[in-house]
This record gives sequence, C-alpha cells and structure tokens, in this order.
Amino acid sequence: MIQASGLRKQYGDTVALDGVDLHVREGEIFGVLGRSGAGKSTLLRCVNLLERPTAGTVTVAGQDLTALRSAELNRARQRIGMIHQHFALLSSRTVAGNVAFPLEVMGVPRRERERRVAELLDLVGLQGRGKDRPNQLSGGQKQRVGIARALAGNPSVLLSDEATSALDPATTQSILALLKRLNAELGLTILLITHEMNVVKSVCDSVAIMAGGRIEESGSITGLIRTPGSRLTREIFPLPAPAPPGSVTLTFTGDPRQPVVSEVVRKFDVDLSILGGSIEDLAGGSVGRLRVALEGDDTAAALDHLRGAGLLVEVEGS
Amino acid sequence: MTWDDILPLLWPATVETAVMVGWSTLLTALLGLPLGVALVVFDRGGLRPLPALKSALGFVVNVGRSLPFIVLMIAIIPFTRLVVGTTIGTAAFVVPLTVGAVPFFARLVETALREVGADVVQAAQAMGASRTAIVVKVLLPEALPGLVAGLTVTVVALVGYSAMAGTLGGGGLGDLAVRYGYQRFETLLMIVTVVLLLVIVQVLQSFGDRVARRLSHK
Ligand SMILES: Nc1ncnc2c1ncn2[C@@H]1O[C@H](COP(=O)(O)OP(=O)(O)OP(=O)(O)O)[C@@H](O)[C@H]1O
Ligand SMILES: [Mg+2]
Repeated sequence: MIQASGLRKQYGDTVALDGVDLHVREGEIFGVLGRSGAGKSTLLRCVNLLERPTAGTVTVAGQDLTALRSAELNRARQRIGMIHQHFALLSSRTVAGNVAFPLEVMGVPRRERERRVAELLDLVGLQGRGKDRPNQLSGGQKQRVGIARALAGNPSVLLSDEATSALDPATTQSILALLKRLNAELGLTILLITHEMNVVKSVCDSVAIMAGGRIEESGSITGLIRTPGSRLTREIFPLPAPAPPGSVTLTFTGDPRQPVVSEVVRKFDVDLSILGGSIEDLAGGSVGRLRVALEGDDTAAALDHLRGAGLLVEVEGS
Repeated sequence: MTWDDILPLLWPATVETAVMVGWSTLLTALLGLPLGVALVVFDRGGLRPLPALKSALGFVVNVGRSLPFIVLMIAIIPFTRLVVGTTIGTAAFVVPLTVGAVPFFARLVETALREVGADVVQAAQAMGASRTAIVVKVLLPEALPGLVAGLTVTVVALVGYSAMAGTLGGGGLGDLAVRYGYQRFETLLMIVTVVLLLVIVQVLQSFGDRVARRLSHK
C-alpha cells in the first residue's frame, strides 16, 4: 500500500534519511520506532510529500507521488489521512468545522458535508459535540476530532506522528483501540510513528526500527520475534544484561501454558534455573521470553527438543 | 474663551478627525492586509518562497516605517497632489496617513500570521489544501484576533498621525489644539481637546480589545 524506495533526505549537511526502503502492506498497522533524531518524522512526512525527498520514490496506493505536479499531489493527499502529536486543530473553527475542513477543500457541497461530518463524529465517538470549540475538549477528544478529520476523504492510508505522545496512558489506550477498530472495520492501512514500545505491542502488525536515518530492522512482529538477535525482541523483553556465558534464551509463541520446559527437565534430567523472563501480549498473540541456565549431562539434546517444540533457542557466548 | 465659543469649534474638528482616521483606516486595512500576507507567504519557508520579492517588499516597508510621519507627510506631497489633485484639506491628508500606516499595519499583520502554528498549516497541506485555501481558510481566520488587535493599534496610531496632519492644513482636533491652544494660549480649549483625544483613543482601544477577545478561542 505504501512503498518507499531509496529515500534520501538532506537538510544542508544533515542527512535525515540515508537510503530508506519501506514497504507497508494493505490493511496492516505498521509502526516506526527509533530514538529522537533517527529520522522517523522525516520519513513519515516524505510519505505524503510534506517533505520532498532528495532522492528516491514514494508510491501510495499504486500512485507514484514523487512524479505528481502540485494540483495532482493535493488531490492524492486528500486520500491520505494524517494525525498529529499536538492535534493541529483550527481554533477558529468548531469541532464540526474542523472535520468539515478537508471536505471543503475537496469541494463537497454543504448538505453532503454536514451529513458526512455527523457520520464521522459518530464514528469516533463524539456525537453531539460538533458545536463545541476544540479548546473545550480534552486531549483524547481533540485527537478523536483529528482522526475524524483525517478520515473525511475516505483515505486508504492513515499516517500518525506520535499521535498519542501527548496523552495519558488510559487515553492512549482508548485512542489505540479506536485506531485498531478503524483498521479492522474500514481496512485502513496505518503507518504510525512512536517512541512508546507499548503502542507497538498493543496495535502493530509490523515494525521498522530506525537509527541514524536508516532502517536497522523491519518486518512483521511475529517474524522479528522469531529472528535470532532481533533488536525488537530485546526492546520488548528487557532481560538483565550481560547474559552469563552459556545461558540460554528461549522465546516461545502460542499458548504460554504448554508445559514444554518442565517436560524437558523431566525427560532429559537437566537442572534448569530461571534468570529472567516475561510474557507479553502482542497484537499477533502472546509471546514469552525466558533466560535460563541449564545444567546436566545432555543439555544439547534438551535444547534440540526445545527447538523441535517450536521455540527459538539462543545460546549465549557460544 | 467659554464653552459657548468652544463647542462650535469642537464639533467640526471632531468630524474632520473622524473622516481622516476613518478613510485612512479603511484604506490601510485594504492595502496593508495583502502586503502583510505577502511578507509571510513569499518568505523563505513560506507557502510560496520568493525570497527576492519578500526582501524587496520588506525593504519598502522598512523605509516607510523608519521615516518620521511628519517627514513622510512632506516628502510625499507630490504623490498626494497626483492622487487627490490638492495637498490641503482633510481629504488630501488621507493619502499620507494611509501611506504612513500601511507599512506599520503590514508588519503587525505579518506578526499575527506568524503566530499561527506551523503544525496547523502543515495539517492543511497534508489534507491537500491549495495555497489560496490555506491563506483564506487557515492563516487569516486563525490570526483574526491578532489582526483585530493590530488594526486597533493602527487606528490609535492614526489618531495620533491625524493630529500631526492637522498642523499642516488637514484640520481636525490636532489643528484646533495648535491654532487655539498653542498659538493663542486658550488653556480651556487645549484641555478639552486633550481630554477628547484621550477618550477617543480609550474607546477605540477597549472596543478593539473586546472584539479581539471575543474572537479568540485559544
Ligand atoms: N526542517 C529541518 N531542517 C533541518 N534539519 C532537520 C529538519 N527536520 C529534521 N531535521 C533533522 O533531521 C534529523 C531527523 O529528524 P526527525 O524529526 O525526522 O527525527 P525523529 O526521529 O522524528 O525525532 P523525534 O523522535 O525527536 O521526533 C534530525 O537530525 C533533525 O535535526
Ligand atoms: Mg519526530
């Protein structure tokens, strides 16, 4: 749905994007993670060409945006929704007026506009608040207005730059739940930027981790979890570092109640001590990660058995 | 001089001041607003960056702003004659008043427009709004309270300028104060004129403040 190839963006001597390839599939929620200054916002703003990349192409819904002239680009942008960290609502307009803005820009007639605004406010749970001013709303409500506004043009893609960073945890969860619902009900593809691992864990299907203007790692969360040495896994499951030599890290997906570990202990007569671990509920199901020390005569066979049971086994310092 | 002598002088003078200030305010708003918009839109990083044009406009505005009004008034006499055909009388002074106030107001417009958050403008761009739509539907409405405040300051300044214009033949309250209060030592008339100017400025300012506050939803 979104395909960026060879994106570079330079501001003078600063290289904000240094050859980024990004592929976001239709209907998925794709998260971009990274430290401050990694280039996340620049990447997002290149997707709807708020920033024109120094090199590279951006294709959204099959249309090469970099090739468009300004009027055509404006029309293409109407089909790409965007929400912002500080909401970016017009204080000169009411809630309904804000949601109507993109419809006015598109030239939708008044009657139709009013009908559509009511429908959108309904969709985001703000029915009856149309006459309020943005400054009368809470942060979460403001972001709902932002979302309603972003959906006005029936976009196939929604871009979100830290849309929940200014909100408290409970409100963040409610906005994430709304995004998830829109993703499921409307088939909306969402590209979101965040520095909160929590956001990635609760809604994302795929992620990219950025650093220094490059993508270090990207793919589906379940895929990355199953990739040895993945940074994402380390970030989601912080384990005490450094890992003692010879310790084993087990990553298991699926039903956490499978008694695989105790089975191994019984069957291969090994001693197993737990050094650290946790279980996380991710969008694709729950995942556990456990660091253990194994002692016994046949630890190799025990590890093979664990691998055979579908666990990812990483042995430290070998 | 008694009240009976003063009142018949005061009324026509007030009307003349009102006419000078009224017309020049209207013209200043009409000319200064687009100029202020141009200063923002053509700026580097603006909606339509044309730095050379912006510098040229900025230069003209600065020249207008740095000349003391009394000098400007005299300097543009040929221009005034060209536009209104005469250089004396109330109508003639609308020209220098406007020329003096336009750069002043344009800078205030520029400042008010710059107060509009970059994120709001970007949000509008992301929604596919054209540059014209952004100016008309985002910049101007969002800056409206600031624009009203700027216009208020300009009107008040114009009241002051108009008093100076009075001394060169424009009539009005300034002319009255100079002719009777200064040249003939009519203290009572002087005091009355000063109080009247004070009241006018006060009323204009608080009216402007009230409107600006009413319009603001920050
Ligand atoms: N308009 C600009 N002019 C100059 N440099 C810029 C501009 N925008 C971004 N940069 C630089 O590009 C780099 C990447 O910035 P970007 O805003 O994309 O980072 P980010 O990952 O979004 O960071 P954050 O998490 O703090 O929002 C930074 O070094 C930044 O200073
Ligand atoms: Mg950013």
